[in-house]
Amino acid sequence: MARKILTEHIHVPGIETFDVYRKQGGYTAVEKAIKSMSPEEVVEEAKKSGVRGRGGAGFPMGMKWGFLAKPEGVPRYLVCNADESEPGTFKDHYLMKTIPHLLIEGMIVSSFALGANKSFIYVRGELMYVIRILEKAIEEAKAKGFLGKNILGSGYDLELVVQPGGGAYICGEETALLESLEGKRGNPRNKPPFPAVKGLYQCPTVVNNVESISNMPWIVNNGGEAYAQIGIGRSTGTKLISASGHIQRPGVYEIELGLSVEEFMNSDEYCGGIRKGHHLKALVAGGSSVPILPANLIMKTANGEDRLMSYESLSDGGFASGTMLGSGGFIVFDETACIVKNTWNFSQFYHHESCGQCSPCREGTGWMEKVLHRIEHGHGSMHDVDLLVDITKKIEGNTICPLGDAASWPVASAIRHFRDEFVWHITHPSEATAPGAAYRGDMALV
Amino acid sequence: MEETKPQLFKITFDGIEVEVEPGTTIMQAARKIAEADQSQTSIVPPAMCYYKPLPASGGKCRACLVKVAQGSAKDTRPMPKLVPSCITQVQDGMVVENTTNEAVLEARKGIVEFLLINHPLDCPVCDQAGECNLQDFAFEHGSAHTRYEEERRTFEKKDIGPYVQLHMTRCILCYRCVYTADQVTNKREHGVMNRGDASEISTYIEKSIDNDFSGNIIDVCPVGALTDKTYRFKNRVWFSKPEDAHCDCDKCSGKVILWYRGDEVIRVTARKNTWGEVNEFICNTCRFERKKTSDWVLEGPTKVKRSSVISANKYRSDLVKKPDFALKLAATQFKNIDDTREYVTDKDTIRHQSIENNDKANHRSLLNQNN
Repeated sequence: MARKILTEHIHVPGIETFDVYRKQGGYTAVEKAIKSMSPEEVVEEAKKSGVRGRGGAGFPMGMKWGFLAKPEGVPRYLVCNADESEPGTFKDHYLMKTIPHLLIEGMIVSSFALGANKSFIYVRGELMYVIRILEKAIEEAKAKGFLGKNILGSGYDLELVVQPGGGAYICGEETALLESLEGKRGNPRNKPPFPAVKGLYQCPTVVNNVESISNMPWIVNNGGEAYAQIGIGRSTGTKLISASGHIQRPGVYEIELGLSVEEFMNSDEYCGGIRKGHHLKALVAGGSSVPILPANLIMKTANGEDRLMSYESLSDGGFASGTMLGSGGFIVFDETACIVKNTWNFSQFYHHESCGQCSPCREGTGWMEKVLHRIEHGHGSMHDVDLLVDITKKIEGNTICPLGDAASWPVASAIRHFRDEFVWHITHPSEATAPGAAYRGDMALV
Repeated sequence: MEETKPQLFKITFDGIEVEVEPGTTIMQAARKIAEADQSQTSIVPPAMCYYKPLPASGGKCRACLVKVAQGSAKDTRPMPKLVPSCITQVQDGMVVENTTNEAVLEARKGIVEFLLINHPLDCPVCDQAGECNLQDFAFEHGSAHTRYEEERRTFEKKDIGPYVQLHMTRCILCYRCVYTADQVTNKREHGVMNRGDASEISTYIEKSIDNDFSGNIIDVCPVGALTDKTYRFKNRVWFSKPEDAHCDCDKCSGKVILWYRGDEVIRVTARKNTWGEVNEFICNTCRFERKKTSDWVLEGPTKVKRSSVISANKYRSDLVKKPDFALKLAATQFKNIDDTREYVTDKDTIRHQSIENNDKANHRSLLNQNN
């Protein structure tokens, strides 16, 4: 069995209650940090651990904490980003609903490290039942003296607030999240200034993903160096992967970073292979916004090395032959899947979720969706494919927030790797629009 | 940080050096260059959403994206993405490329296209035509053709009060009117509703806009989305003659432009600077009710640029400078031909080489097609 950090005790009955969680060694990190460590020491451990942001960007968490401005007399905030809305990613949801105290414990430790006296968990609005679970867990922790005024008699106060969002994808972008938390329209802010300098209510703020924060109790208990031992290279620790699509065993799995993609996909411990009688066609490795990979680039990189589940290996070869680990939304397609339809589907999502603030994203996402709709429904023409490539180039990098990039990458990569399928849709409209149709040209299937 | 007098930052914008105070934005530095030398006006990045009199505006339309080729004298790395010049502050030693960078102009062309795909292009019946920022922007940076084949987005018409006509279909969502209502009027009744390309400027539950300075949202609107109801369909802007005038107003500065058609004042607007920004906001009484010459003290004709549509009655393409990147590239990559090679006379070798070169060229064109 592989190493488990987050999901070690997840199957213990009643783990969502304080008592069972405590019995499994819960809240020892809070005791250790508050009683025997200084905030700087906790930050130092986080830096040593090399844990990288699990929300998608993969920025080292300790370094992010190090950037936090600390002016005198100004409050600092920690905000937990639980607005997980990326299609294909459902790890935070699972973590929060099954083991809410892990996040609470992580929040206490992290808030202590950053010197925040009020911290927020921003949960997406669709997950009201999770919000109730978290609120109950907070009540329990408060009753036992791990939250509220004067935690464990140390003089450190912390108030934890769970805030439901409105269910907008864009509010998962950190500055849009802060705007939304302030009660405004969830429009991303222009950066700089970054949240570490001017965040929530114009005060220094750190925004971290649920999974990143949930790693903190283990790091405090076992030390950052022990954490850095796990994983491979600069991809330290474990990662929750939400596997879905045409595989035998979809679900959330905790893997040690550095596991090979082949093992993850085929071993019975994880995905259990492609469903019987079918072949692998494509993979989206890190949630809908990362580039899609064709079958011949999934198990091996373009250089012929084994592809591993790590930040570096998945992005090996750049966007020409690689992708990103992103938020760990592992979507597998077999040969029955239509890439054009899938791209159109993703594109519909980004069109719907664009905030409408900056022009490339507002107009471009809608335009891409319409062109893809046309191709998918058999009304496309050959220049539409090049038009799509050109639109993606004009959106990418020119927007306020990464939603523009996220909307253009899936389209650009689908055309890069599956251009013949787009062309087939245009040249064979009647076959392509037949129900259940998928291109079975001379592509490499594994 | 030394607490002496603020040291000036030296930046290079399109090869022109300028010294500005710390905290200045790239856009303001470019405008400073153009103000000192009128012939350089074309290097200033266009602004569709940024409006200097309205703090916090800008960064939304992405029309003013520029390339920072060198971040500062200390950190000489280029910035990885194009940055919006209207909100990016200068650093000492920064090198900025605007009209000298192909990627910038390409991105800008994209922005024009994005802004136009859902714009109705009803300029022949639009009151803003002739003084429309989007027209100017498209004329200077856009292309004459569209690649958009789908139906354009439309909105239901909404009545937002007696003075201001809202044409949401023409709106480019620059948010200027929202900032104006926030910062100039004492209460904001309108804002942006909905999300994505369904976003619209609207009042909350169909209320009407009603306060003394609401008329200013007409002046700040870069397109014909907010127009003057008392002026609707009365005139084309190039048929009218602007005159500076002032009056004793107890609410505002009273400094305005009267737009004459014959002897009749058909419209009153606030005065604008070279960059199309209002100098002093005026009240609704001045704008909508004082429409007789006897209400005003005339100061003389407003200075209008000779090249503007108001003066020339048309767009003058000879005034738009378009840099030639092919020439620039050729100039930078020019190399003398290597003449030390042996002179080949053998026919078979020549034939073989030409086939090889052909193959390479074909391969390249295939590669280009595929990428």
